[in-house]
Amino acid sequence: MDLGPHAAFIWISYTAVVAVVGGLIAWLVADGRRQLAALKALEDRGVRRRSSGDAGGV
Amino acid sequence: MQTLTQRLANPTRFMQLSGTLLPIVAGAASVAILYGLYLAFFVSPADYQQGETVRIMYIHVPSAWLAMMAYALVALSSFGLLVFRHPLADVSAKAAVPIGAAFTFLALFTGSLWGKPMWGTYWVWDARLTSVLVLFFLYLGLMALRSSLEDENLAAKLTAVLALVGVTLLPIIKFSVDWWNTLHQPSTGMTSTVDPSMRWPLLVMAIGFSLLFFALHMKAMRNEVLRRRVKALRLADVARRDAVAAE
Repeated sequence: MDLGPHAAFIWISYTAVVAVVGGLIAWLVADGRRQLAALKALEDRGVRRRSSGDAGGV
Repeated sequence: MQTLTQRLANPTRFMQLSGTLLPIVAGAASVAILYGLYLAFFVSPADYQQGETVRIMYIHVPSAWLAMMAYALVALSSFGLLVFRHPLADVSAKAAVPIGAAFTFLALFTGSLWGKPMWGTYWVWDARLTSVLVLFFLYLGLMALRSSLEDENLAAKLTAVLALVGVTLLPIIKFSVDWWNTLHQPSTGMTSTVDPSMRWPLLVMAIGFSLLFFALHMKAMRNEVLRRRVKALRLADVARRDAVAAE
């Protein structure tokens, strides 16, 4: 694919988008796994919320 | 009787609903972006003035659009927190800020790379570029303010106030190209002067990026709900241990 004399500007732009969006996705997936693991560790130790499935607090 | 927003504000119900929706939205975003990339590189022509460089538009414009949409969501969520004390409003605002910052950075970075071959410079201090740079710093300020306060309730309220003050920046960004003489081109809109051969790829990419944003935001909100549950359980664990030690 010939993108002309300014091809580097185009490729760097698209690479930046892939890197930033890919980084965001990786960070969110890793963070989600970390929170789930922490939640499971607490529940395995028998720690429970006062009312699991409650509608009030987050 | 609960209203629709009250029902959706229930974190447990949100986790159930978002667990179902997230893969669908993420899948739709992937399909739209891949199709958009195909149109952008293999179907749309080079511009008669800009040549191939016009292809940067297909990522720059959606990034800029999301930079502003994300901030509108932060402001709306902040309003929901301060006025209605919506349980998920702060979760939504906190989740949207880093994602909005990322897309604002991309809008600035890709715009700069588009500017060099077209304008002869990476940067000028014109009204549009400068106001978007201020938006980027505002996102960073919101993150810094929240992380600098230990009291999460206070941090949420102060961040929400700053977010609502900062919303005045959105019309300045939007109309800066009309109010002031800028190097950045005026808004063309989706229906006016853009040729359909370029308008459709841009529209598909804008839809794909918007779906991507909603998927990322939903995932970030789910993580934040889990983080708050972990924190609540840790506090309950400490209280239980203290009670046992006191007996």
